[in-house]
Amino acid sequence: MLEIKNLHVKLEEEDKAILKGVDLTVEAGKVHAIMGPNGSGKSTLAYVLAGREGYEVTDGSAKLEGAELLDMEPEERAAAGMFLAFQYPVEIPGVGNMTFLRTAVNAQRKARGEDEMSSGDFLKAIRAKAKDLKIDAEMLKRPVNVGFSGGEKKRNEILQMAMLEPRMCILDETDSGLDVDAMKLVADGVNALRSTGRGFLVITHYQRLLDHIKPDVVHIMSEGRIIKSGGPELALEVEQNGYADILAEVQA
Amino acid sequence: MSAQARAGTRAARFQAKLAATEAQLAGLELPASSGWLRRARENALLRLKAMGLPEKRDEYWRYTDPARLSGATVTPAKVFQITDESAVFDGIDRLKLVFVDGVFDAQASDVLALEGIEISRLADAGQRDIHWAQDLYGAIETEGQSPVARPMAVRNTALASDGVLIRVTGKPSKPVSIVYRRKSETADAVLHHVIRLEPGAEMTLLENGPVAARFSIDLEACIADGATLHHVRAQGRDHERSGITHLFARLGEKSVFKSFTMSANGAVLRNEAVIWLNGKGGSAHVAGAAMGDGAFHHDDTVFITHAAPDCESRQVFKKVLHNGAVSVFQGKILVKQIAQLTDGYQISQALLLGDNSQFLAKPELEIYADDVKCSHGSTSGELDPDQLFYLRSRGMPEAEAQGLLVLAFLAEAVDEIASEELAEEIRVRLAGWVNRHKA
Ligand SMILES: Nc1ncnc2c1ncn2[C@@H]1O[C@H](COP(=O)(O)OP(=O)(O)OP(=O)(O)O)[C@@H](O)[C@H]1O
Ligand SMILES: [Mg+2]
Repeated sequence: MLEIKNLHVKLEEEDKAILKGVDLTVEAGKVHAIMGPNGSGKSTLAYVLAGREGYEVTDGSAKLEGAELLDMEPEERAAAGMFLAFQYPVEIPGVGNMTFLRTAVNAQRKARGEDEMSSGDFLKAIRAKAKDLKIDAEMLKRPVNVGFSGGEKKRNEILQMAMLEPRMCILDETDSGLDVDAMKLVADGVNALRSTGRGFLVITHYQRLLDHIKPDVVHIMSEGRIIKSGGPELALEVEQNGYADILAEVQA
Repeated sequence: MSAQARAGTRAARFQAKLAATEAQLAGLELPASSGWLRRARENALLRLKAMGLPEKRDEYWRYTDPARLSGATVTPAKVFQITDESAVFDGIDRLKLVFVDGVFDAQASDVLALEGIEISRLADAGQRDIHWAQDLYGAIETEGQSPVARPMAVRNTALASDGVLIRVTGKPSKPVSIVYRRKSETADAVLHHVIRLEPGAEMTLLENGPVAARFSIDLEACIADGATLHHVRAQGRDHERSGITHLFARLGEKSVFKSFTMSANGAVLRNEAVIWLNGKGGSAHVAGAAMGDGAFHHDDTVFITHAAPDCESRQVFKKVLHNGAVSVFQGKILVKQIAQLTDGYQISQALLLGDNSQFLAKPELEIYADDVKCSHGSTSGELDPDQLFYLRSRGMPEAEAQGLLVLAFLAEAVDEIASEELAEEIRVRLAGWVNRHKA
């Protein structure tokens, strides 16, 4: 599904390398988790895959089902099936959440040569999905993320994911700022989307989320590289002992 | 230079200004009229000669060159044909009054009859005893000459050849809609409207269209106790025309005035609003959404005086400027000592798309009462790259995402329109403009 090879990324504005050769493959139907110390480059990887400006890819490739993502505009990546749940969802005053979502859904359908979704179908779908995530109708009418609590913003990201039905979902610390119940809701939302044709890359600092969203593979990122990969037990090890042992082991 | 010498230079300059005004007005004929209207015009002409036409050097005209608006000759302006959308307010049930190049067109207009209002045409009002209009024509404008002189408004009172006089006694069932059409490339239209709302009356006034190659429109509104005037104006998409408008409004106790203006394009366009809150509990909102691409110079100049306690005022102006367009905002809130518990708000913001667009803002507060709440802010900036990326990451093409953000930027001004039907009509026009002028 997603195949990242030897990805090197530096900041566009300064001479600072952030990703220093990332190799990572997420197969369809699988959930991969990335953990790693603050500043190790996890969000940068997510942003670069989604096409944010400000970074320069100096080497490597990132393919989504064989198509080179790095050559595409952000909206083309979205239409190709890429979705990023932001670590810090952006507030957009003046744009209603509902308008935003309908415009996005239809823009993607148009790009794929599909018919637009009728307002009736759209409303029905969004109401059902919002209800599952305990997002009330009032929140759908408000401007995108404006005045939303931290947890509401994260749930709103998952709502967007549910409506857009992407093939490759990257979740950047979607669990941070969520209370225990909200974390369960979000995990249920993600689990409902798990299917054989869809891949997940879940960035998190905590084992807790992975109790609900069982990963197939766990990667540890440090200083711009994946330094270790393993099964779910790797997350438990990090939870108990921190990163010191793993870092020492790799350096040795 | 000594203080005395400076004063001497100032006096000499003023004399030169008066001489220039005198010379320019020398051959000028006032529009044919008789009775009270003739007297009001002659009086205005005298006032204008004592005041002088505006010059770029005047403080109040620092950012906008008045030459094209006040000069003896009209700069020709091609008529801009719109084929891609219907005229604004076409779908609204209304009483339509049509002016072509500044002349009333009875054929194209509806019959001037509507329950709750009396309407007459300025051009044939002189001989008739329209007491209420006689008392207001040029009178509110005269009050508006202090503390800042507005010679272009005086010029209008002297030279206006047509307009409407509307007295509202009830709550008419539909808006009165003034439609300005253009045919000539050189017409110089001077129109003057007077509106009086009797206590408790309520009306919506619509204005739309490009007016003339050059135009001047004065609107004097007297809004009595408990009355409400809604005003929504769309100044067309005409590229080369130039114009100036003045809105003078005097509000009584618990009365409401809400004015919104959409302006797109135009070589020079200045909209002045001068408002007095004279009675307790009054409310005045003036808002504008202006969009320019290229050779566009637009100016909003607003002066709101709180002269009674417990009043509220809002100024909300948004400008979208592409490719070297220039926009000016001069907005003032004056709170007199008596005006305790004033709630004043003013915001002016520009979205600069393209490198050499310019926003010149001069927000001012002058407050003499001690228990007031007044805030003002002015910003100019570009589209937020994080917002743009967020939208694109959800699949919106760049141009569409930009359009959505531009409309979001304008939303606060449009939200000032009380009628949802009219606000929606304006939103559709704004969206059309934004789609035609991609960044
Ligand atoms: N636009 C930028 N300008 C300057 N530095 C940047 C920029 N983007 C990323 N960095 C730097 O790159 C490094 C990696 O940042 P990134 O946000 O990817 O880390 P992270 O692994 O997501 O951390 P966290 O766990 O705290 O979210 C950090 O040192 C960060 O300061
Ligand atoms: Mg991060």
